Amino acid sequence: MPQYKFRVNGREVSVDSWDAEQPLLYVLRNGLGLHGAKFGCGLGQCGACTVLLDGKVTRSCMTPVRTVAGRAVTTIEGLGTPEKPDAVAAAFIQEQAAQCGYCTSGMIVAAKALLTGTPHPTREQAKESLDGNLCRCGTYTRILNAVMRAAKA
Amino acid sequence: MEPILLSRRGLLVSFALGATFGGRPGMAQTGRSLDANEVDSFLAIGGDGAVTIYTSKVDVGTGVATAICQMAAEELGIPMARFSVVQGDTALTPDHGGTGGSSGVPRGGVHIRQAAATAREALLNMAAERLKRPAAELTLADGRVQPGGITEASLIGGKRLALKIDPKAPLKEPAEYTVVGKPFLRPDVPAKCTGRQTYIQDFSVPGMLHGRVVRPPGLQAKLLSVDESSIRGIPDVRVVRIESFLGVVAKDEWAAIRAARELKAQWSDWRELPGSDGLERFVREGEVGREQTIVNRGDAASALQANGAKQLSATYYWPFQSHASLGPSCAVADVREEGTTTIWTSSQGPHNLRKFLAKMFGIPAEKMRVVFVQGAGSYGRNGNDDAAADALLLSRAVKQPVRVQWMREDEHGWDPKGPAQLLDVKGALDAEGRIAAWQTEMWIPGGPSGAPALVGPEAAGIPQGRGQSAGQMTQNGDPPYRAEHVRVLARTLKDTPLRLSNLRAPGKIGNVFAVESFTDELAAAAGIDALEFRLRGLSDARAIAVLQKAAEMIGWQKRPSPNREKAGTGMWFGRGMAYVHYKQAENHVAIAMEVMVDRANGKIVVRRVTCAHDCGLIVNPDGLRNQVEGNILQTLSRTLHEEVQFDQSRVTSVDWAGYPILRFNEAPAIEVALIDKLELPPLGAGEAASAPVAAALGNAVFDATGVRLRKVPFTREHVLAEV
Repeated sequence: MPQYKFRVNGREVSVDSWDAEQPLLYVLRNGLGLHGAKFGCGLGQCGACTVLLDGKVTRSCMTPVRTVAGRAVTTIEGLGTPEKPDAVAAAFIQEQAAQCGYCTSGMIVAAKALLTGTPHPTREQAKESLDGNLCRCGTYTRILNAVMRAAKA
Repeated sequence: MEPILLSRRGLLVSFALGATFGGRPGMAQTGRSLDANEVDSFLAIGGDGAVTIYTSKVDVGTGVATAICQMAAEELGIPMARFSVVQGDTALTPDHGGTGGSSGVPRGGVHIRQAAATAREALLNMAAERLKRPAAELTLADGRVQPGGITEASLIGGKRLALKIDPKAPLKEPAEYTVVGKPFLRPDVPAKCTGRQTYIQDFSVPGMLHGRVVRPPGLQAKLLSVDESSIRGIPDVRVVRIESFLGVVAKDEWAAIRAARELKAQWSDWRELPGSDGLERFVREGEVGREQTIVNRGDAASALQANGAKQLSATYYWPFQSHASLGPSCAVADVREEGTTTIWTSSQGPHNLRKFLAKMFGIPAEKMRVVFVQGAGSYGRNGNDDAAADALLLSRAVKQPVRVQWMREDEHGWDPKGPAQLLDVKGALDAEGRIAAWQTEMWIPGGPSGAPALVGPEAAGIPQGRGQSAGQMTQNGDPPYRAEHVRVLARTLKDTPLRLSNLRAPGKIGNVFAVESFTDELAAAAGIDALEFRLRGLSDARAIAVLQKAAEMIGWQKRPSPNREKAGTGMWFGRGMAYVHYKQAENHVAIAMEVMVDRANGKIVVRRVTCAHDCGLIVNPDGLRNQVEGNILQTLSRTLHEEVQFDQSRVTSVDWAGYPILRFNEAPAIEVALIDKLELPPLGAGEAASAPVAAALGNAVFDATGVRLRKVPFTREHVLAEV
């Protein structure tokens, strides 16, 4: 079976995939046991599967594994643990910016990318930047509060 | 079998091994009591002083588990950090009702609070005996008996209380609360913010296969033939066909997805839906199965025709809507040859699901275990129960555990829907501009005919019971304002084009949209400010308080609508409000909002929303606030964007482009004022604040534009056509 080598959260990995077109999402979840990125739509419309690919916000449900070879992937698991969360995740926890939390991994990864490039965004910039990530429970205002809190930290 | 313990401490997902099926009726496989009258069924204090709460109420991200622990912790005098919760496991948790109708706190929490109060009384009596002091001189705090300091664990730890819940066991005085009323953080949030929460979508068991169901191109089309050679190139896939139920299972999830997508099948032509265009007519003209007079006070018919009264009438329409869960429904089933079945699901009603599936599949209930695992937000019965049946069908066929996750088009296309509602409202004003008479007539699609209960078993030809109920659809059809002559008539149709389900605040959002919009129509016709008009018709101090508070927060200026002063450069500015006494018996909620309407493109911009919310005793103010905010944003989404589209064969709005929801750049500023009533029972908060949102928005748009929107969704095209 063809193998694909890339980095995930700073670690070299090698995964088998019978199909070069298999989206990265399934490789992460089923091949590597990283469940943080979620299947939401498989169409790149909701952002639940968001990861960083070479630092850029990427929909892993639409990214064939063959295109990831040799590159660096960051998932939510690379941004801290429940005991030692990353600054963005910590701000989400403080603001209780989640209900079901199914969108949360994608939100935090997208917010991380925003704050890396723009450490002090306006609220409008944050809205614009996260606009491709959907939340069904209705926590947008809390998420924006969390992003602004993380920007201040 | 493996019970799953979802710790409230959030991090621990542990599997207790070794439990077996069978045992005495009323006893769990583990020897736990499941009798909903027994204290031990609901709570256990361990030898280490840790407390485990057992409940059939499940937390789908609402924070209800935290609130229930607070209520128990308060009575037991044991710190919150020592609590964990086992939710919705038919082998471990007593059945005190499924999750829905905002019942988690007022029924589930109150029930467990009484169990905890019974336990407290017993513990104090045990301590009194040991310390040779009257129980009345002792209290419980920090897990110890005071004075004296002996631990509660030393009195009962690891042992059963063997007590019935005493409905007369005294509750702690609200004035002494130290835990209830505090904004405890939800313990599930850290795991959710670091990708470590195990959702049902992440759950697996050894030997598990991945399944997908191939849905027909018409809702009830029959499967004619399958060409298995069409997926020959995909590794390790099996096709499962049971009458018209068609599924695939594979070791690899991506293989299952591709196989389901590429499998060629012939289906019969099925075109029996009316289509979503023109659905209003279908609803109005459909055959009525049941006509109910919900309210009949005075003589509305005569009063509406009385000479001299100013009369108005209007028709409002609410469309079919989807739960549209962000994570498609998912379940894992393990049907064993020795006759036991285990289902892991995020169904909001695991106990009912077990009853239903056991009966349908002819499995003795004691041989079936249903275990709740956290899932994506569901807001009622979405596709999760269907996914459980799909997984069961596939596991039974292949004799291995099978996980089924629906694809996006399955979720949007096949989840049971919140029904359309059509309302004719008539009203008359007296000479002083007060409501003299009011009549609401509503039409609601019904069932069960043509409404299969679960889609998989229906396709598989397995007989089922009744179709699903859409919930209490007829409440809040009458105005909460003083009126001598009021009549509310509900007509439930014999049929429904799409399967029905309870979707957050069933019926109430559409009914309040009509009632509170029409209230504004009457106020405008009378030339009276909308707040003033409402206050004149109210005498309940709690109702008046929420309206005044929401108005004060938005900076309400009293004047009749519409607004004569337009904002500059092509934008109209307006404000509106609405109020609900939820189910005419529960929460008092008032919502006010400010909008801008772009006259060039019809876009509605919601700038600010204020909400005053009175649900009696507040258990966790931050959890409550989160629910209220979620109600507001989700209902703005439903009002601005959401309508299920379908043609003659099937639902056609099957992704986020066809069924858009609210996005970040539409999120307004929200201010919530919580009114705490220590002396009153706690009410639920999962629904009430959603009820006035659509009407407040419609009223604000009318104030801005002078145009009344009576049909949801308020899309740009709809607004442009009206203005």
